[in-house]
Amino acid sequence: MPDTNRDIVVMTGIDKTFPGVHALQKVSFSVGRGEIHALVGENGAGKSTLIKILTGVDRADEGTIEFDGRIVSIHSPLQAQQLGISTVYQEINLCPNLTVAENLLIGRQPRRLGIAINWKALNARAREFLKQLDIDIDVTQPLGSYSVAIQQMVAIARALAISNAKVLIFDEPTSSLTAHETAQLFKVMRKLKSEGIAIIFITHFLNQVYEVSDRVTVLRNGALVGTYATASVSRLELIRLMLGRTIADLDDMTAHKIESSRHISAEPLLKADDVGLTNSIEPFDLVLHAGEVVGIAGLLGSGRTELVNLLFGIDRPDIGKVVMDGKPVKDYSPAGSIARGVALCPEDRKVEGIVADLSVRENIILALQAGLGWFRRIGTSQQYEIADKYIKLLNITTPTADQLVKNLSGGNQQKVILARWLAANPRLLILDEPTRGIDVGTKADIQKLVLSLAEEGKSCVFVSSELDEVLRTSHRIVVMRDRAKVNEFSGQVDEKGIMQAIAGSAS
Amino acid sequence: MRGSISRTWSRFTESMLFLPVAALLLILIADFFLIPGFFKIELKGGHLYGNLIDILVHGSPTMILAMGMTLVIATGGVDVSTGAIMAIASSTACLMINPTIVGLNLTDPRLFINNPQYSWAPLWMVIVVPMVIATLCGLWNGVLVSYGRMQPLVATLVLMIAGRGIAQLITNAMQIIIFNDTYAYIGNGFIVLPFSLYLAAAVFIGAWLVTWRTPIGLFVESVGINARSSFYSGINQRGIILFSYAFCGFCAGIAGLIVASNIRTSDANQVGLYSELDAILAVVIGGTLLGAGGRFSLLGSAIGALVLQTTITSMLSFGVAASAITAVKAMVVVAVLLLYAEQVQRYVRGVSRGFVRQEAAR
Repeated sequence: MPDTNRDIVVMTGIDKTFPGVHALQKVSFSVGRGEIHALVGENGAGKSTLIKILTGVDRADEGTIEFDGRIVSIHSPLQAQQLGISTVYQEINLCPNLTVAENLLIGRQPRRLGIAINWKALNARAREFLKQLDIDIDVTQPLGSYSVAIQQMVAIARALAISNAKVLIFDEPTSSLTAHETAQLFKVMRKLKSEGIAIIFITHFLNQVYEVSDRVTVLRNGALVGTYATASVSRLELIRLMLGRTIADLDDMTAHKIESSRHISAEPLLKADDVGLTNSIEPFDLVLHAGEVVGIAGLLGSGRTELVNLLFGIDRPDIGKVVMDGKPVKDYSPAGSIARGVALCPEDRKVEGIVADLSVRENIILALQAGLGWFRRIGTSQQYEIADKYIKLLNITTPTADQLVKNLSGGNQQKVILARWLAANPRLLILDEPTRGIDVGTKADIQKLVLSLAEEGKSCVFVSSELDEVLRTSHRIVVMRDRAKVNEFSGQVDEKGIMQAIAGSAS
Repeated sequence: MRGSISRTWSRFTESMLFLPVAALLLILIADFFLIPGFFKIELKGGHLYGNLIDILVHGSPTMILAMGMTLVIATGGVDVSTGAIMAIASSTACLMINPTIVGLNLTDPRLFINNPQYSWAPLWMVIVVPMVIATLCGLWNGVLVSYGRMQPLVATLVLMIAGRGIAQLITNAMQIIIFNDTYAYIGNGFIVLPFSLYLAAAVFIGAWLVTWRTPIGLFVESVGINARSSFYSGINQRGIILFSYAFCGFCAGIAGLIVASNIRTSDANQVGLYSELDAILAVVIGGTLLGAGGRFSLLGSAIGALVLQTTITSMLSFGVAASAITAVKAMVVVAVLLLYAEQVQRYVRGVSRGFVRQEAAR
């Protein structure tokens, strides 16, 4: 429990609004000396915003930050570093072509006569720094010649060396590490902890939360769910807290859903037989029917995106085959999928979705136009007709159809992408996290839209981090865990069973 | 009234064409005051002569190159091999007119002595075969970039260096002098205006039709802005990249024929030397972003080519030595890059807007 004498960082009532999104709502968070504090929550929960505020990248609209008993206002990352708050990022921002020692002490090399770098002293000092972390490597080798784990250790050592860090933030440090390397990292974390350094640990892997952390704070949709002693909260309970399932709000949509389930055709539209891809997803079976919404549930990194990427042909399976309309799929590519009537609204809106410098109109007609090939251009007036239709249908807030899509808010950009795929008139629409980072009203709109599409006889695959949403919209739910399909639920949804499947048997 | 003037004006200043047009006008206005008779155009024997005509004639190869270069740059790439492709095209054309010079016993050498107009291959083939080869060269660049995933600069550097060697090989390192007048017409002919200008206009209109009467222009921009999103949207991005580089090669082929026909010889070392840099510069002046790609303007690039050529012609008629021209060109580059810097642009637009507001208020 928060202990003001021990806590080095106390954030109180932090509130932050970005255009269109209330990213943090009066969140309080604290971390103590010699504590490993895990910060968990699904995408869009507000973890990264909270960290950005702590490290001076963003500024809070409201709330205070106390550091070492004093109220501070952190304007810049540099200031955060000077205070002693350092971050070790997922991607390591060091120079792989410089030696380990240079990376560690860049900018503060010991000099001889004030000019020449004293290489001997440099290397000796670097070795000393690494020894503190129990790492014994040749510091004169280029950093790039070492494994990602070692590079990460060097990054940690640098954070400690440069700023005399008192608070270390680990942002998804283990996502690219092997099990062995992760263990090595945890050893270092525990050592730092024993030296009284406060550690904030952001991760999607719950077993790691249990392995190293003392306390865990759960965020959901920008709000604080709670801070708990890790040992006192069960794994299942933790997932329930993260996904935020409340039984009360099974609204009229359920009736809507039961009604629409009558229209599900018996013939399968798409069948995946034992389809898999090495190092991406274990082989799975999946059948999709017209008029049906199939939800994909699971935590981030559980293989949800990998699954839909195979269905849409972003990746080509190396085992099994996908059968559509009774014919095996030969052309695994987005273009081929669009020709078959399959559409994917991808997870990463910025990287895979919008074309920022094109107008709303051009973004909306893009997939439809791509499907028509290189020679049949959609006439300009028809382009406006299509764009205006979807701007109205989806309530896209934009002054005109000619506005560049980069000037729209995140939620509206998401709707533009959705419009792009609706305009292509697919028979199977795959939505990967379509409601991530958008406001509650829009979320409900999108959920309703999915159900009405199913009623029109389209097949939908709905991927979401929010179990609530998946339960509300799906006729059938597929659960993913550890890059494999682990279970499938249909009929009366067994909420507890689904959560157990998401968490794995150990709980 | 006042509002509509300033709105039209601000729309114009924010369009891609504003800076190239402004630059061109600025140079022409300077010429008007500094060089007497710069704008004089004479009609001699049915042909128009004058500085302005010179600008159009000498600017047309760059204009043609810039059309292809615009698409390549819009996809986020660059092609530095166009000069070498020009050399390959011109060497091929000359070889097909007279293969005997390089020692190929395909026909009797005396035929050329008796009749300077003689050509070994029919003239349509002299045109078509180099064009096909140039397009294939461009396609090769495209394959390296799209399938080989090489950086465009590196990928096209290969042909930039190897191309002139290939051109030398084609003519066995000899310069083939051409006496055939029909061939020479491409680069020297006149129908009131120089023939090459009609070619440039045709390439411009062709490029415009191909990109904007079809969805190809949209696809090129989309791939340039966000290749991954384009791929997810089902755009054949490899095909678009292949097409852009192949079209760039095609344009280089036409430019090569114009230049070689103009000098009536194949000169593998000189034809199109550094022309790729002029073309890139023309595109950049025209407002298409080098390196970033995305939105492009063919008209902007054409005007960009004219800005370059007008600078050169003005300097020559002002009396600057031909050998010093490159230094002047360098200054133009610096000026243009400064003009395109975000801060300067904001300043210029702010000032011009204020000026219009004052004017309107009066």
